[in-house]
Amino acid sequence: MFPAAFDYRAPASLQEALSILKERGDDAKVMAGGQSLIPLLKLRFARPELVVDIGRLPSMNNVMRRGGHTAIGALVRHVDVENSKELASSAPMMVEAARWISDPLVRNRGTLAGSVCHADPAGDWGSVMLAFGAEIVARSLSGERVLRADEFFEGPFATVLKPDEVVTEVRIPLANGRAGGAYLKLERKVGDFATVAVAVQVQLEGEKVSRAGIGLTAVGPRNIKATDAERSLMGQEPTDRVIAEAARLAAEAAEPKDDVRGSAAYKKDVVRVFVQRGLKTAIGRAREVKS
Amino acid sequence: MATQTHMHGRIGESIKRKEDGRFIRGKGNYLDDIELPGMLHMAILRSPHAHARIKSVDTAAASGMPGVIAVVTGELMAQHKLAWMPTLSYDTQAVLATDKVRFQGQEVAAVIADTKYQAEDARDAIVVEYDVLPAVTSPQQAKEAGATLIRDDKENQKDNHIYHWEAGDQATTQAAFAKADKVVRLHTFYPRCHPAPLETCGCIADVNGATGKATVYMTSQAPHAIRTVFALVTGLPEQNIRVISPDIGGGFGNKVPVYPGYVVATAASLLIGRPVKWVEDRSENLISTGFARDFHMTGDLALDKNGKMLALRVHLDSDNGAFFADAQPTKFKAGLFHIVTGSYDIPTAHVTADGYYTNKAPGGVAYRCSFRVTEASYLIERLVSNAAIELGMDQAELRMKNFIQPEQFPYRSATGWVYDSGDYPKAMNVALEQLGYAELRKDVGARRQKGEVTGIGVASFTEVVGAGHGADFDILGLRMFDSAELRVHPTGKALLRMGTKSQGQGHETTFAQIVTEELGIPAADVAVEEGDTDTAPYGLGTYASRSTPVAGAATAMVARKLREKARTIAAHLLEAAEEDLEWDTGRFYVKGSPDKAKTIQEIAFAAYTNVPEGMEAGLEGVHYYDPPNMTYPFGTYAVVVDVDKGTGQVKVRRVVAVDDCGVRINPMIVEGQIHGGLAEGYGIAFMQLITFDAEGNCIGSNFMDYLLPTAWETPQFELGETVTPSPHHPLGAKGVGESPTVGSPAAYVNAVIDALSPYGVTNIDMPVTSDKVWAALRAAGVTE
Repeated sequence: MFPAAFDYRAPASLQEALSILKERGDDAKVMAGGQSLIPLLKLRFARPELVVDIGRLPSMNNVMRRGGHTAIGALVRHVDVENSKELASSAPMMVEAARWISDPLVRNRGTLAGSVCHADPAGDWGSVMLAFGAEIVARSLSGERVLRADEFFEGPFATVLKPDEVVTEVRIPLANGRAGGAYLKLERKVGDFATVAVAVQVQLEGEKVSRAGIGLTAVGPRNIKATDAERSLMGQEPTDRVIAEAARLAAEAAEPKDDVRGSAAYKKDVVRVFVQRGLKTAIGRAREVKS
Repeated sequence: MATQTHMHGRIGESIKRKEDGRFIRGKGNYLDDIELPGMLHMAILRSPHAHARIKSVDTAAASGMPGVIAVVTGELMAQHKLAWMPTLSYDTQAVLATDKVRFQGQEVAAVIADTKYQAEDARDAIVVEYDVLPAVTSPQQAKEAGATLIRDDKENQKDNHIYHWEAGDQATTQAAFAKADKVVRLHTFYPRCHPAPLETCGCIADVNGATGKATVYMTSQAPHAIRTVFALVTGLPEQNIRVISPDIGGGFGNKVPVYPGYVVATAASLLIGRPVKWVEDRSENLISTGFARDFHMTGDLALDKNGKMLALRVHLDSDNGAFFADAQPTKFKAGLFHIVTGSYDIPTAHVTADGYYTNKAPGGVAYRCSFRVTEASYLIERLVSNAAIELGMDQAELRMKNFIQPEQFPYRSATGWVYDSGDYPKAMNVALEQLGYAELRKDVGARRQKGEVTGIGVASFTEVVGAGHGADFDILGLRMFDSAELRVHPTGKALLRMGTKSQGQGHETTFAQIVTEELGIPAADVAVEEGDTDTAPYGLGTYASRSTPVAGAATAMVARKLREKARTIAAHLLEAAEEDLEWDTGRFYVKGSPDKAKTIQEIAFAAYTNVPEGMEAGLEGVHYYDPPNMTYPFGTYAVVVDVDKGTGQVKVRRVVAVDDCGVRINPMIVEGQIHGGLAEGYGIAFMQLITFDAEGNCIGSNFMDYLLPTAWETPQFELGETVTPSPHHPLGAKGVGESPTVGSPAAYVNAVIDALSPYGVTNIDMPVTSDKVWAALRAAGVTE
């Protein structure tokens, strides 16, 4: 298995990368960790004329708290998220989700931002971004755009990014008060894409839900934000009945298809089961946070 | 002599594997490690369609691409009468398609180029026009009236039926069913899966134009048989063909057949005059090479009201793909499937089998299995557990009640097998005790009260391995003996060459240990060589758990021959009568005078320096062993599972595996084999599936879709053993590599069905995936 021939550039600075993309962005693919792109190249499913390897760009591999959010640089790898003390304290659900991504080999190379840009509807990070209400920062020679996660994903492998743009960081808002999350994933084996996965992130004020984010993986043309389910929780005390109703609404938001991983009905029901379990776990975790 | 010399590596010692040093250090020598001067590379163009007529093949653009030496088409092969080749089951198979393509992934053309990269680029530039035909993807479709005829190349083939085959006695079976109190039926599909060895298949063909010698390096489990087949196919004189199987990275049956790529590469090397390497990629291996199983089985078990088995009736439809290329003994069209009465004393049985062509890859191989014994064992063990559920009996008790008893051996089964030895109740008892079955049953009851979904599965398999006696077992007429040649050097070190070929089984250690046991040469001093047909004695190869039963026996026998010559030399050296000498592993001594002794090393030196008058010098010999019977390993496996009601996920909590493979030569290697097979059994039961859509597109053509278990999925295994030696094998050994793949799938599935039995579920076909379990739970009204 060999890829079709392509040009390769490894710019030394962000400025250089953006210049290359300005010129040849339409025919280029940006590569960070390469864990999605290289398999596609190898199978000749992707045949870009140019691969722009941003893997050597300096100072984009940090996780830092800044203002009201935690900023994750474009070259932060899944394994870095897994091991991040900063995220373990500010957004522990990120750490839980990172452990579900593929296998250690992929996590050692692949990047969070690269995965978000790849926009695979079965990708895990998309749902996590939706559940947190994250922001994605894109740069081009024309300037910087800050994009909301729920506006970022357009469809399978499609985002609002322009051909001359590079994502430089992802921003996870800091929780206000007691927050908790959970990432649940059903996979057929380690390293497999999700059959279904669910990201849940909630915030409590007193005993009531003050914010709820629910992202669904692999049950539609893109990662899905279960908006009705989120709304149904707002201002409510999360009783079993309220949670069951939210889970039902989340399952309704899912648009899965029959495939080798199971029927659409199966996947919808697993969404229901996972949202129910995830909400209970997340609320339990939020309650444990000292306010 | 009061004490025995300590001899490192005798039978029963778990010495470390001699071959592992080079493998662990990355110093193995696999096919793709071999580079020859001037070597070219081959890439194969494969059919995107399951069934289509070829209108045209345009190679013009490809031929002009950089580095391309030749583009080979079916038409070109036909000019050399090599467009078709014989299969191991007396059918024909296309080497490169000339008329139609009959499965997705079939070989259509090949590019030979300076580099592999260039070959693949040029392959993409070949333009083939197809007229797509309807695809037949199951035996059910294949036998429909008006089904598309797949094999229109065969003159007398008017439908898609390949063979009908029967065993047992129809009349007595019918009579027994008429008197039965209870008949339990199970219809189950053992789906297609693939052996998927870590190293894919490939070859390097190196035909020397000056000498006419064809040296073919090949990932083959059966190099000698391949040499003969090559001679028959190509017409090359057999002494001019040398097949070398280097280190092999797993085979599991996948590397027994002859594949079109081997023939094309050899023909190309012959025509071009340079070595040609061809190595499959993963997808090519999964879509085009020997698959396994694909049996649609219906079993009826007749019992009396007390649970005593009266008769068994089985029908199976076999999906053989586009060419009947099963690798199996000639006499048996459905392999050894008629071992299906298993471990039970069933008075009469009748087995019928029909094989069908479909638009799927050919080459049903015994995937870690002795020619379809896996399917047979699965059917009977699932059927017996279902019978227990239907009768309201405990599944272990029903088995106990019907086991062939130890005193019944040798036991003639209703389908004609003569089981050599066994103690099934003992293996069952050891397993149940190790599991704590009685306590666990209570625990399962208590958990179910709380709404948990949990169960225990048991399977008590009997295998039939070690093919086999020459009068009954042959492949293309080649009798299934095997061989060992032992040469002891003057310094007492030895070289053992065999007709088998290890693919990871540890032959270099196990067979050295047989020499240690029989001749007293430490295992470290015995080099074992296999796989080079110019140096090794002829043998049928390694598959069907036959190496220890057949070639292992040959090794013992040749060592014994040498020991007798050694006795004569020792008598000469000690100036004693031969009958006055006693053998104490590693030395002969004079009865009553243990200090008057000669070691095997001293004797070996004398064999080259000081032999008795009239004796030939040297200490070497060869033995061709024709086994008098098959061996019948057996065991009981027990599995405990917990089912997630919300998602249908099955978690295997425990696996207890008690194996009886007769005498264990290297227990560590045996346990390693069992671990590997239990992991593969898990994969087959829960994960591994090669399936096809309605157009005949293969789903499962890469490791994202064809799921092999990793360490993460694989459960923990608890092993146990009993030892019932084979009475006819010189060492009492039976073979073990395949027992766990044969026995465990039924144990895993039985556990799931036991867990779901309170809800009326009686069957889920493999792989038992979470969505199928979920569907069964929801259909029974169980939810979270």
